[in-house]
Amino acid sequence: MAESHGEAKGGEAKGSANAHTEAEGGHGFPPFQKETFPSQIVSLVIAFVALYVIVSRVALPKVGAVIDARQKSIDGDLADAQRLKDESEAAMKAYETELATARARAQAIGAETRDKLAASSEAERKALEDSLAAKLAAAETSIASTRATAMSNVRGIAADAASAIVQQLTGKAPAAKTVEAAVDASLKGTA
Amino acid sequence: MIDPIEQFHLNKIFTIGHIGNQEIAFTTSSAYMLLAVVLIAAMMLGAGRALVPGRFQSVVELAYEFVANTIRTSAGSHGMTFFPLVFSLFMFIFVSNIVGIIPYTFTVSSHIIVTFSLALLVFLTVIIYGFYKNGLKFFKLFVPSGIPAVILPLVVVIEIISFFSRPISHSVRLFANMLAGHVTLKVFASFVTMLGALGFVGKVGALLPLGLTVALTGLELMVAFLQAYVFTILTCIYLNDAIHPGH
Repeated sequence: MAESHGEAKGGEAKGSANAHTEAEGGHGFPPFQKETFPSQIVSLVIAFVALYVIVSRVALPKVGAVIDARQKSIDGDLADAQRLKDESEAAMKAYETELATARARAQAIGAETRDKLAASSEAERKALEDSLAAKLAAAETSIASTRATAMSNVRGIAADAASAIVQQLTGKAPAAKTVEAAVDASLKGTA
Repeated sequence: MIDPIEQFHLNKIFTIGHIGNQEIAFTTSSAYMLLAVVLIAAMMLGAGRALVPGRFQSVVELAYEFVANTIRTSAGSHGMTFFPLVFSLFMFIFVSNIVGIIPYTFTVSSHIIVTFSLALLVFLTVIIYGFYKNGLKFFKLFVPSGIPAVILPLVVVIEIISFFSRPISHSVRLFANMLAGHVTLKVFASFVTMLGALGFVGKVGALLPLGLTVALTGLELMVAFLQAYVFTILTCIYLNDAIHPGH
C-alpha cells in the first residue's frame, strides 16, 4: 500500500521524479499519470461489468417486481373498492325501485278497496232507497184505498143520515136517488 | 503544508498481472470501485420486499423510480431498454462520490481516465445502438430539419464537432467537479491545522476555515449527487439521439 503506483515505475528518487514530472507538464499530477491508466481501466471494466450484471440480472428485476406487485395490489384494491361501491349502489337502486313499486301497489290496493267499498255502499243505499220508496208507495196506496173506503162509508152514512133527517122533518122518506145525488154534490163541495 | 494532491495518489495494493510490458495493479482506486459495487449490491439485494416499504427499501425504490423517471422523461419509454446501464452508471458514480466525501477515502471519479471510460462507454453505446437501430438514418442526427440549405453545411459541421466532443465534455465535467471540490476541501481543512498550530489566536482564526470546511462538505454532498445526476441525464439525452435521431 505504501508503494505509489505510477511513480514506482520511474524508479527514481521521489524528489527528483516530482521535479522532473512538473517539467513534463502534469506528469506528477495523479489523475494525469498515464502509467496508471491501464490498471484503472481494467479495474473499472471488472467493477462495472460486475455491477451491470448484478443490477440487470438480479437487483432491478427484484425491485421492479416489488414495485409492480405493489402497484398491482393497489390497483386490485381500488378495483375491489369500485366493485363494492357499484354493488352497494346497485343494491340501493334495487331497494329504491322495490320501495317505489311497493308504494305504488299499496296505493293501487287502497284505491281499489276504496272504490269497491264506495260502490257497495252506494248499491246498498240505492237498494234501501228503492225499498223505502216501494214501501212509501204501498203505504200511500193503502192510505188512498182506506180513504176511498172511508169516503164511500161516509157517503152511505151521510145518505142514511140525510134520508132519516128528511123523513123526520117531512114525515116522508125521500127517494134514495135524490138523497145520494145531494150527498155527492155536498161531498164534492167539501172534498 | 499538507499536499492537497496527495489524496489522488494511487497506491498499489497488489499486482494482478501484465498486459505486454504494462503492469496491471490492484490499486486504491480498484478497491473503492469494488467497494461501490459491493455497497450498491448490498443495498439493492438487501432491501426487503414488503408491500409497505421500510426506510431502507424506500431508498432503494426511490433510486429505482428516480432513474426510471429520468430515462422516461428524457429518452421516452423506449429508453427503458438502457435502464440497467443508466442505473448502473448513476449508482456507481453517486455511491463512489458519496464514499469519496468521507475523510481519508479515495474518490474514483476524480480520475479523468475513469470518467472518460464511462463517457466513452455511453458514446460507443450511442453509436453502436444508433446504427443498429436506425441504420444510415442515424446520420440524420447531424442534419437538423428546417435549416436553410445555405447554412446547412455549417450546421452539419457544428453538429459533428459537438457530437464528437461529447465524451470529453461528459467526462471532464464530472472529473473536474470532483477534483476541484476535493482539492478545495483539503486546502481549507489544512488551513485549520496550520492555524491551529499557531497558538490561541491561531486557534480562534482556525474557526473560519473550519466553518468553511463544514459548509463545503455540505456543498460537496450536493455536488456528489448533482454530478452523478448530470452525468445520468446527459447519458439519457445522448441515448435519446440513438433512439430518435431526427431532431
